[in-house]
Amino acid sequence: MVARAETPRWTGLGARQIAVGGILLGCFAFLVALPPITARAQWWPPLLGILAIGAGIWSLTRGARRPGWFAIAAGILGVGLGILATQASSGNLDYVVNWAPLFSAMFVFATPLTYAALGGMFSERSGVVNIGLEGMMLTGAFFAVLGADKLGNWFFGIVCAIIAGGLLALIHAFVSIHLRADQIVSGTAINFLALGVTGYFFYKVYGEQGTPGSISQVPDRPRLGFLSHIPWAGHFLYEVFGTLNLLIWFAFLMLIVSHIVVFRTPIGLRIRAVGEHPRAADTVGISVYGVRYAAVVLSGMLAALGGAYLSIGFVGSFNENMTAGRGFIGLAALIFGNWRPFGAFAAALLFGFSTALAFRLGQPWGNAAVLFQALPYVLTLIAVAGVIGRSIPPAASGRPYRKQ
Amino acid sequence: MTDVPPDLDLEPREPEPLAASPTAYAPSVAERLAILQRAGGVIVPVMTAIFAFLMGGIVVAATGHNPLKVYKGIISGTGLPWFVHFGHHHIDIPFTHHQVFFWWDTSVANNDAYNLQQMLIIATTLTFTGLAVAFAFRCGLFNIGGQGQYLIGVITGLWIGTKFSGMGHLPHILFAVVVASLAGALWAAIAGFLKATTGAHEVISTIMLNWIAYWIGSWVFGQGGPLQNSFNKSLPVSNDVVPSAKLWVIWGNPALQALHIGFLVALAALVAFWFTLNRTTLGYEVRAVGFNPEAARYGGISVAKNYVVAMAVAGMFAGLAGVMDMLGYQYRFGVLDVQTSQIGFIGIAVALLGRNKAIGIGLSALLFASLLYGTSTRTLDPSVFPPTLASNLTWMIQALVLLFIGADVLILYVWNARRKVLRAPRAPRPQPTGSS
Repeated sequence: MVARAETPRWTGLGARQIAVGGILLGCFAFLVALPPITARAQWWPPLLGILAIGAGIWSLTRGARRPGWFAIAAGILGVGLGILATQASSGNLDYVVNWAPLFSAMFVFATPLTYAALGGMFSERSGVVNIGLEGMMLTGAFFAVLGADKLGNWFFGIVCAIIAGGLLALIHAFVSIHLRADQIVSGTAINFLALGVTGYFFYKVYGEQGTPGSISQVPDRPRLGFLSHIPWAGHFLYEVFGTLNLLIWFAFLMLIVSHIVVFRTPIGLRIRAVGEHPRAADTVGISVYGVRYAAVVLSGMLAALGGAYLSIGFVGSFNENMTAGRGFIGLAALIFGNWRPFGAFAAALLFGFSTALAFRLGQPWGNAAVLFQALPYVLTLIAVAGVIGRSIPPAASGRPYRKQ
Repeated sequence: MTDVPPDLDLEPREPEPLAASPTAYAPSVAERLAILQRAGGVIVPVMTAIFAFLMGGIVVAATGHNPLKVYKGIISGTGLPWFVHFGHHHIDIPFTHHQVFFWWDTSVANNDAYNLQQMLIIATTLTFTGLAVAFAFRCGLFNIGGQGQYLIGVITGLWIGTKFSGMGHLPHILFAVVVASLAGALWAAIAGFLKATTGAHEVISTIMLNWIAYWIGSWVFGQGGPLQNSFNKSLPVSNDVVPSAKLWVIWGNPALQALHIGFLVALAALVAFWFTLNRTTLGYEVRAVGFNPEAARYGGISVAKNYVVAMAVAGMFAGLAGVMDMLGYQYRFGVLDVQTSQIGFIGIAVALLGRNKAIGIGLSALLFASLLYGTSTRTLDPSVFPPTLASNLTWMIQALVLLFIGADVLILYVWNARRKVLRAPRAPRPQPTGSS
C-alpha cells in the first residue's frame, strides 16, 4: 500500500469545499424559514444547522480552519435565527423579509459606505490612517448641495463635493505627512473641522429653514427596463437593479477600478510599497510623500462622493451632521474587509443589509430593532480581535515617514 | 517646502532603525510629549489656543461679523465677568447661619454668577472626559472611546439613579457613582484587553465601542426600552433621577441648574490623576509603558496588564463624567441626547491642549467650557452673533486646536524662528549630529 500524502478525500471533495458547503447549509437553515419557502415546521432549521456544524467540524479537523469555523458559526446562527423565524407570524415575516426592496435598500445604504471604504483603502494602503473619512464625507454632502443649488445642476454639485473633499484631505495630508502629526489627532481634527465648517456655512447660507426642496438631484439612471422582460426572475431583478441611482453604479465602477489599480498596476504596487515599507520604497526611488499625498487626497474625494450620494443622490437635502457616523462604518467595512476593495465592498453590503433589515424589523420588534444597527461595529470588533480570521493592517499604516 | 526645516533642534534624536522596524520612523505619543516638555512649559498650548482663536476670528470676519464683538459677546456669557465686579457682599459660612464679608456677589439673583455656575458644570464634565483621554495617553494609548464610556456611565447612573428610591441619600449616591464608574471602566477595559491579548488597535476598538454604546443608548431610552419613561410611553426619554440620588448643590439655586458637588470631585480627580501618575508604582509603570513598551517589558513591567489598567482607569473617569452629569444637573437623558452629545469627544481636545497634565487639563477644561457655554443659545445675544453659527465656530476652534497640537512641529518651528531672531548676534548652535 502506498501511503497517501494528501489530505484524505471523500467523494472527491476537499475540506475547504465541505466547509463552504457547510456555510451554505447554515445560511439555508435560516432561509428555509423565510419567504418564499417559509417552512413552518420547527425541525427544519435544526436539521440543516446540525449538518452545517458537522461539515464545519469535519473540515476543521482536516486543516480548513477558517472556513470550518465560519461553517460552525453559520450553522449555530442559522439554527437560532431559523427557529426565531418559525416562531414569528407569517404576516410579519412577509413584511420584513421582502427580498427585492431589502436588496435594493441594501445597495442604497451600502453605497456611501463603499465610497468611504474605498477612500480609506487608498489612504491606509499608502500608510496614512484616515479617521477623518467621516468629516470628508460630511463636507462632500454639504458642498454637493451647495453646488447643485447655486450652480443649478447636480453635476456641478458633485464637482464641488469632490473639490471640497479633496481640499479637506489635503489638510490632513499636509499635517500628517509633512508635519508628521499624529494621524489620529489630525483625523479627529478633520472631523471636528468638517462639523464646524459645514454647520457654519449651512446656517450662514440657508438659515434655520434648511436647504430648499428644489435642489437638482442625481437621477436614478440608467433605468434597466429590459430586466423586467427576463423570464422568471425578471420582476425581482428589475425591482433590485432597475432603478438604482447613477452614483450607485459609479460606486460599482470605482470598486472594480480600485481593485485593478491597487493590485494590477505599477501605481498600486507603489501605493502598497509605501504603506508596507516606506524606507524600501524610498530607496528604489518612489516618492513616499508624493504617493501618500495623492492617496490621501484621492481618499478625501471618494469619501466626498459618498457624502454627495447621501445628500443629492438619496435624501435631496442637507442637515447638520447628516452623515451620522457613516464614515466610521465605512472605516469598519474597510477593516472587516481586510483592506481589500472587494472585501470592503462585501462588508459594506453586509452592513448595508443589516441597516435595511433594522429599518424593516422596526415594524414587529419596535425600538429593539435599533440594536441591529450595532451589528457592524460588533462584527468589526470581532474582526480586529482576530477571533475568526484576523484583519491585519498595512505595516506602516499610521506611522509618519521621515526622509533620510 | 519639501521637508520640515532641518534646523529644528527640538526633534528627538531618532536612533537608526534596527532591522526594518517601522516603529523607528516616527516619534511615539510619549516622545511627542517629551518634545513639548522641552519646548518650555505652557508656550505651545498657549500659542495653539491663540492661533485657533485668531483663525476662528478670521472666519467670523470673512463672513461679515465683527470678530472682536463676537468674542466679547461670548466671554460676557461665560460668567467670567463676575470676577471683575467687586462689591460689598456677604457669603454664608457653610453649615452655620453666620455670614462674612465677601468681595463678590454670590446671590441667586446675580446673572453672571448663574452663568459662571453653568460654565463650571460643563467644566466639571470636561475635566473628567479630558482625564479619560489623558490617562490612557500617558500609557501610550489613544482613547477615542470617551464618548462611549461616558454613555455607559450615563446609562448605568440613570438605571440606579431612577430606581432604588428607598435608599438613603449618601448610600444611593455612592452606589450609583461606584457602579457607573465601574461600568465605564469595564467598557473601556474591553479595548485595553483586546490590545493586550490580540494587539487590536485601541483606536479602532474604541471607535467601535463608541457606536455600540450609542445604539445601546438609543435602545434603552427609546420607546419600549428598559429605561424609557414609565409615565409617558411616547417619550423617548428616561425617568427623572429620584431625589435621594441627586447630588448636593454647593453653589446656586437648586431649583435651577446649580453647581453640584461633582465640581469638587473633579478637582479631587485632577489631584488623584497627578498623584497616581507621579507618586505611585502604578503610575510609574503606566508612564514607563507609555514611553517605551519594549523597554518597560525588558524592565520587568507587564505591558499587557498596564494596557488593561490604563484603559480601565480612563473609562472610570469617563463613566464618572456620565454619572455626575445625570445625578448632578441633567437628571434625565433621551435618545436625542445620545445622538447629539459630543462631550466625550471634546475631552480629546481638552486633554491634548492640556498636554495630558493635571493642571493643563483643568485649565483647558475651563477654556472649552467657557467656549461651549458662551456660545449656547442661552447666553449669546442673537443680534451680536447667531448662536447656531457660534456653536459651529466652537467646533472649528476645537478642530484648529487639535490640528495645531498635532502639528506641534509647526508651532515649535515658529517659536524657534522667533527665538533665533532674538538671539541672532550669538554664536551658532552646534548642528545636530546623526540622522538629519
